[in-house]
Amino acid sequence: MQRARAPETRGGPGRPPGRRELLAGAGAAAGLLLLGCRGEPVDVRDQAAIAAGGSRGYGGPAVELAFWTGFTGGDRLPMERLIERFNREHDNITVRMSVTRWGDFYQKMPAAVESGHGPDVAVMHADQLATAAVHRTILPLDEVTEALGLGAGDFSDTLWSAGVFRGRRYGVPLDVHPLGLYYNRAVLAGAGLGDAALPRSRRDYLAILEQLKQRGVQGSWVSPALFTGGLMFQSLLWQEGGQLFSEDGVRATFDAEAGVEALGFMLELIQRGYSPRDVGQDADSIAFTNDRNAFIWNGIWMINIYRATPGLKWAVAPVPTIGAQRAVWANAHHLVLARQPSAGERRLQASVVFLDWLSRHSLEWAEAGMVPARREARESAAFQRMTEQAIFAEQLPVVRFPPAIAGIDAVRASTLDLAVNEAVLLRATPRAALRRAAREADALLAANLRKFARAL
Amino acid sequence: MSAVDVPLVEPGQAEVDGGAQSAPGVGQLRGRGPARSRWWAPYLFLTPYLALFGLFVLAPIALGVWISLHDWDPFLPSSPWVGLDNYADLFRSGSPSRGNFWRALRATALFTALSVPVLVTLPLLLALALDRSFPGRSLFRALFFAPYVLGVAVVALVWRLLLDPHVGVINHLLGKVGLPAGTGWTTAVPWVWVSLVGMTVWWTLGYNTVIYLAGLQNIHREIYDAARIDGATRWQLFRHVTLPGLRPVVMFVVMMTVLGSANMFGQAYLVTGGGPGSETRTVIMYIAEEGFRSFRLGAAAAMSYVHALLLALVNLGMVLLFFGRGGDEEAR
Repeated sequence: MQRARAPETRGGPGRPPGRRELLAGAGAAAGLLLLGCRGEPVDVRDQAAIAAGGSRGYGGPAVELAFWTGFTGGDRLPMERLIERFNREHDNITVRMSVTRWGDFYQKMPAAVESGHGPDVAVMHADQLATAAVHRTILPLDEVTEALGLGAGDFSDTLWSAGVFRGRRYGVPLDVHPLGLYYNRAVLAGAGLGDAALPRSRRDYLAILEQLKQRGVQGSWVSPALFTGGLMFQSLLWQEGGQLFSEDGVRATFDAEAGVEALGFMLELIQRGYSPRDVGQDADSIAFTNDRNAFIWNGIWMINIYRATPGLKWAVAPVPTIGAQRAVWANAHHLVLARQPSAGERRLQASVVFLDWLSRHSLEWAEAGMVPARREARESAAFQRMTEQAIFAEQLPVVRFPPAIAGIDAVRASTLDLAVNEAVLLRATPRAALRRAAREADALLAANLRKFARAL
Repeated sequence: MSAVDVPLVEPGQAEVDGGAQSAPGVGQLRGRGPARSRWWAPYLFLTPYLALFGLFVLAPIALGVWISLHDWDPFLPSSPWVGLDNYADLFRSGSPSRGNFWRALRATALFTALSVPVLVTLPLLLALALDRSFPGRSLFRALFFAPYVLGVAVVALVWRLLLDPHVGVINHLLGKVGLPAGTGWTTAVPWVWVSLVGMTVWWTLGYNTVIYLAGLQNIHREIYDAARIDGATRWQLFRHVTLPGLRPVVMFVVMMTVLGSANMFGQAYLVTGGGPGSETRTVIMYIAEEGFRSFRLGAAAAMSYVHALLLALVNLGMVLLFFGRGGDEEAR
């Protein structure tokens, strides 16, 4: 057995790495991670200009478009049917829809776009457009809509202006989903009240609830959660002539007298015994389907759910006018184009073809339990035959959207929604709860203004 | 594989290239220079793990610290350096995050204080019962463990429907037997805490029980026999044989339960929505809201580190409590 002793040299070839070098290597690897990988900055306006070419159709090679939505409920199937039809009618464009819960959608989408793996076309809520716009997640669509010849006349003024942020358009409205008054016909009939006695005003509403109370029914459950208490509060606030935030996004204004009045009315329903205390999340709706609640201020998205509830006799009406003017909370789904990595730019024209087609076929989309945004679809005989949706659509002239302010949705959720919750659960007076929330919202708004000013 | 220890070569002896006695997989390592310069062999074996550990644990920790020093919104073109502002905000009056963060911390501490004692003692009693042999023992073990395999979303949804103040099963049944049926299990303090702790105990009790059972089976029967011969009562057996034997297991259970409770998120998020108001909003919940709903990742990261530091201190306190007294087998 041959035995030799290797000289103790340092730095010779084939030497195992020293401790320092190992550390340096690890440091470099970590450094690379810290830098992250940022894509090439692309100007969203350049992409918007390319996209506008899609108004003349798309004649290029076959492309596949990624279409992202949050349609996880009864709205999924109608959209899938529409996409199937689009794919049949277009040889060189194939659209694939991916569905994510709305709850996760707005976290996933900007991250995906940032990393270059985002969708081509997506659906977003009206109150999320501003945030997505400052994050450069979506493209400004002024040139696209101009090339397509779309304008306020094709929709409605309120709907059309909801897609605008800082003077630029970011979304094309697909539908609008307002709040409405659902009523349980079995409960009303049991109390000797017919459909004719539908409440229109504050006085009617309280009178009917009083009659129901005599029969031992608590007729209008007030929920402390955003769905549905928070939406009810916002509707009432607008009816009282109030606003959620100042237009410039500097101050929260929901704690003004109108807000106190609005929340006061909700508490009145509880204090008079028309609603139980401590209503849990969704309990208002469960009670409604169990014939223990007569009225619920709920969104249009409940149509298909109540329709599928066996034995439930229900109908809808416009929300009653409790305050000085008619107004009702609404949100809208908008079609948006996502910012693309440079390799995706060739798909932009095809994306516009799809966006335009979908917008023009939004009547079929009404089957998902929505009010289509296109005027022609809303005025068609086919839509008027959709009884419930048509009733919701009557409210279109008075629907209100949250203002287009970047980050507004998160500010509202962490301040106003908590205040409504506190007040409805009788843990604080409306005035105190709203004031505290408004001061906190002011601080958040100021921070947001500073932060998003960087994105100009 | 236990053959990874490189055979020691005495100093002054050289080694055979690829010697026949070399352990499998070590062949290439040997013959690269003398034994004494092979200090790096263990590190080489650790490399695969360390690479993963570095990539998925150390690097994120470093990146998190980096993020917490900026006003970090990943989707804006720039994230300015703010130094320790995000940390200072947690102590500066007038900043919106201060009140919310400490309220969330209080909620988390309260939940931990309420749930840990129950989750440490109840499973121990259960394990003692299930350690005895009786017919159907396996069935009961399975029953108590069963809820643990469910996801938090399933558990929370079921309990929300059970606990609902007006349309829930629990209040309905209470009303049936003439007890007050209007308790706001998911909407009113203190009942929300009772609900959250109760459902968490039901959900995770089985896990601690199984760990205790394993610990109990590691205590030698001879010690019990010896103690019995010495005339120990059942209580003395438990006090002087079982408990000391379980000491490391109890410590493990306490620590894991404290960490688990301090990171509670799903139950509050899904059952109470953090309500009433922000009463049951836990730290993790608030951090998630700040980071992923408001895109204030710098502030969220800073809060995570403060939370982690506090947890580390709590854990340190527990270690000192368990081992600080020297681990002597003193009876009293």
